[in-house]
Amino acid sequence: MSTISQPPHAASRSADDATTPVLIRGARPYGDAPTDLLLRAGRIAALGEQAAATATHLAEDGTPALTVEAAGQIALPGLVDLHTHLREPGREDAETVETGSRAAALGGFTAVHAMANSTPAADSAGVVEQVHRLGREAGWTRVQPVGAVTVGLAGERLAELGAMAESSAAVRMFSDDGQCVHDPVLMRRALEYVKAVDGFVAQHAQEPRLTAGAQMHEGAVSAELGMPGWPAVAEESIIARDVLLAEHVGSRLHVCHVSTRGSVEIIRWAKSRGVDVTAEVTPHHLLLTDEQVRSFDPVYKVNPPLRTAEDVEALRAALADGTIDVVGTDHAPHPEQAKECEWVDAAMGMTGLETALPVLIATMIETGLMDWRRLAEVTSERPAQIHRHAHLGRPIAVGETADLVLVDPAERRTVRPGEHATKGRNSPYAGRELPGRVRATFLAGHPVVLDGAPATSRTGRTADRTVAP
Amino acid sequence: MKHLLSTAALAHADALSILDTAEEMSAVSAREIKKLPTLRGRTVVTLFHEDSTRTRISFEAAAKRLSADVMNFSAKGSSVSKGESLKDTVQTLEALGADAVVMRHAAAGAAHQLAAADWTDCAVVNAGDGTHEHPTQALLDALTLRRGRAAAAGVDPRGTDLAGMRVLIVGDILHSRVARSNVWLLHTLGAEVHLSAPPTLLPIGVEQWPAVVHYDVDAALDAEPDAVMMLRVQAERMGGAYFPSAGEYTRRWGLTDERLAVVERLPGPARDGSGAMILHPGPMNRGVEISSAAADSPLNRVLDQVSHGVSVRMAVLHLLLSGDRGPDRASETAAPAADPSPDRSRS
Repeated sequence: MSTISQPPHAASRSADDATTPVLIRGARPYGDAPTDLLLRAGRIAALGEQAAATATHLAEDGTPALTVEAAGQIALPGLVDLHTHLREPGREDAETVETGSRAAALGGFTAVHAMANSTPAADSAGVVEQVHRLGREAGWTRVQPVGAVTVGLAGERLAELGAMAESSAAVRMFSDDGQCVHDPVLMRRALEYVKAVDGFVAQHAQEPRLTAGAQMHEGAVSAELGMPGWPAVAEESIIARDVLLAEHVGSRLHVCHVSTRGSVEIIRWAKSRGVDVTAEVTPHHLLLTDEQVRSFDPVYKVNPPLRTAEDVEALRAALADGTIDVVGTDHAPHPEQAKECEWVDAAMGMTGLETALPVLIATMIETGLMDWRRLAEVTSERPAQIHRHAHLGRPIAVGETADLVLVDPAERRTVRPGEHATKGRNSPYAGRELPGRVRATFLAGHPVVLDGAPATSRTGRTADRTVAP
Repeated sequence: MKHLLSTAALAHADALSILDTAEEMSAVSAREIKKLPTLRGRTVVTLFHEDSTRTRISFEAAAKRLSADVMNFSAKGSSVSKGESLKDTVQTLEALGADAVVMRHAAAGAAHQLAAADWTDCAVVNAGDGTHEHPTQALLDALTLRRGRAAAAGVDPRGTDLAGMRVLIVGDILHSRVARSNVWLLHTLGAEVHLSAPPTLLPIGVEQWPAVVHYDVDAALDAEPDAVMMLRVQAERMGGAYFPSAGEYTRRWGLTDERLAVVERLPGPARDGSGAMILHPGPMNRGVEISSAAADSPLNRVLDQVSHGVSVRMAVLHLLLSGDRGPDRASETAAPAADPSPDRSRS
């Protein structure tokens, strides 16, 4: 493929132009009537009868299109994840930008936002530029770095938010995710300061004093298991404080991984007051509950913790009605030894990139809570709007960026973490059958996933990391 | 029964089987030669990641009275303190020939993980995991309660459960694995469980437990329990603002001399006003949760609890390690006269 002759850094317009055109036949955009799509030069060039006709002309001109048969498959705008842990730099044993972004492509994500809790933390222009560059070199998905709010995520003083915003990574989203910006004055200042760079603060809402030593949701199950509990109020009290701060200083707040019914109610109230707040929920909080902890299997240890069935129901309803804006995976890979140990010593987090769409189909589509259009909003359009990515999360229409995913909703598969592209084997769905399979992912018109397997990245890498001939 | 991990998952029949086997084992412990050959050639490892000399010695005595070989492994000074994983430790112990692992661990669920993982085929006995469960402690308490009532009524305790008994547990329920194991086991055996503690030392969610909760310990005593179990309260809990001072705790929840006088006049298991049984898992904090007079009272069953601990642990090890040979064999070897039923399991 001709992209190979390009230096990795140049994978932009010129690479898009050189990409082989793709004719997708018989896909159903948003589950609607089947149609053909022609992807060319990084964009959706034609739809319907026009697509096949254009492909024929191109073939006559000596540029035959790659034809992808997609009968029965749903076409969706490429997924955008505002909440991904790629672990590089520092914990390359857990994940690298390469493996994490390939997992993203397999999950249908055409953009991921890499959280700042790497080692060193992404609290400087140097680190965010490094992550951004690694993402472009990998070429499986768009990697947008998130900047830390405070130096070293220590919650003591502001990191150089301006420098990160002005860097080549153009950071707009700032988060100490993993840690809560718990000092109310510091949170106020962060919310104020990001206004100058058109940014927003994504808060990990967890009152630290109320959660010292906490191991799981505090409730009936923790009472029985004798584990220090993680009360819902520790999340809700921070969200209540932060929406009032955001209102007071007139800034933008994004609430990461909302996990309780009470949080939903506070966010609904804040939105009704006109506070500029958006909220996210993870796939696992839409499916799993604290009952899973009875197994003492640390694969279920996660922050925020799995809550109750009542919370799951409230989160699903809030995602359907728009109180919660987006789905973020909180993909958090860990090496085996960090999970193959006593619960109290185990690391918090679960993998999620490669199972997010199947979990959403199971919890939101098959339950009738939302249709494919709403799914596209919460997985692609809204997250792109929140970050103010002008050309991402766009509708499936002529002239838009050709970031697309084809999903076979009928195929049901048993989750086998050993087959995942992520280095993390800590999937809470291991052995569980889930609906839906990503058949193909197109990144600016380039097929990074075909037939449910990695094809080549935009920079010519294959799954075994060699450069394609 | 392959493992003993919790009382929450212990069926009524299994609990009774352990208690009845423990009765036979008590008879052995009363003999001059306190030894049975049943576990000869089997190896029991006590794996203690947390100091607990009492529990370890009790298990060791139980295993030795059944003629098992005993290996003691304590985390201090071992490879565990050098960062070895539980998985590696247990696989090492199994390679050394362990048939059963008796584990004490600071982490809730550690014994469950050991039993659930494919790291080992050993039988696992939970000797206390964090603030989760301590099943053999609850079993020895149940044995003490059952024997106390049977003695008062002049009947044979075997085959009976705790139906109709009322047991009051007082103290730090939140951080107590003993309380948790007792709530589930005593409820399974038919007893009515009452709890009394400061609200700060009761878990959120306790209202879903099969127990009656009293903040006021005097009101709890008015309900006329047959037994009062005092839990050890740790002074360091004051640092977490669980209660204002040791003095206030003692005044409001301690078994003081004044409350001892009330306990002495309760109907008790004999229903004749001879007083309720006093239990304590030990070690006692005299002057904090229990007065010296209450600690030394004839109603106090602390030393019975200790000896019953050995009997219960003998029963558990026996049932787990020779379970395939059937419980009849225990009866046969422990007390030939006790069970006249022919042993059909041998061929």
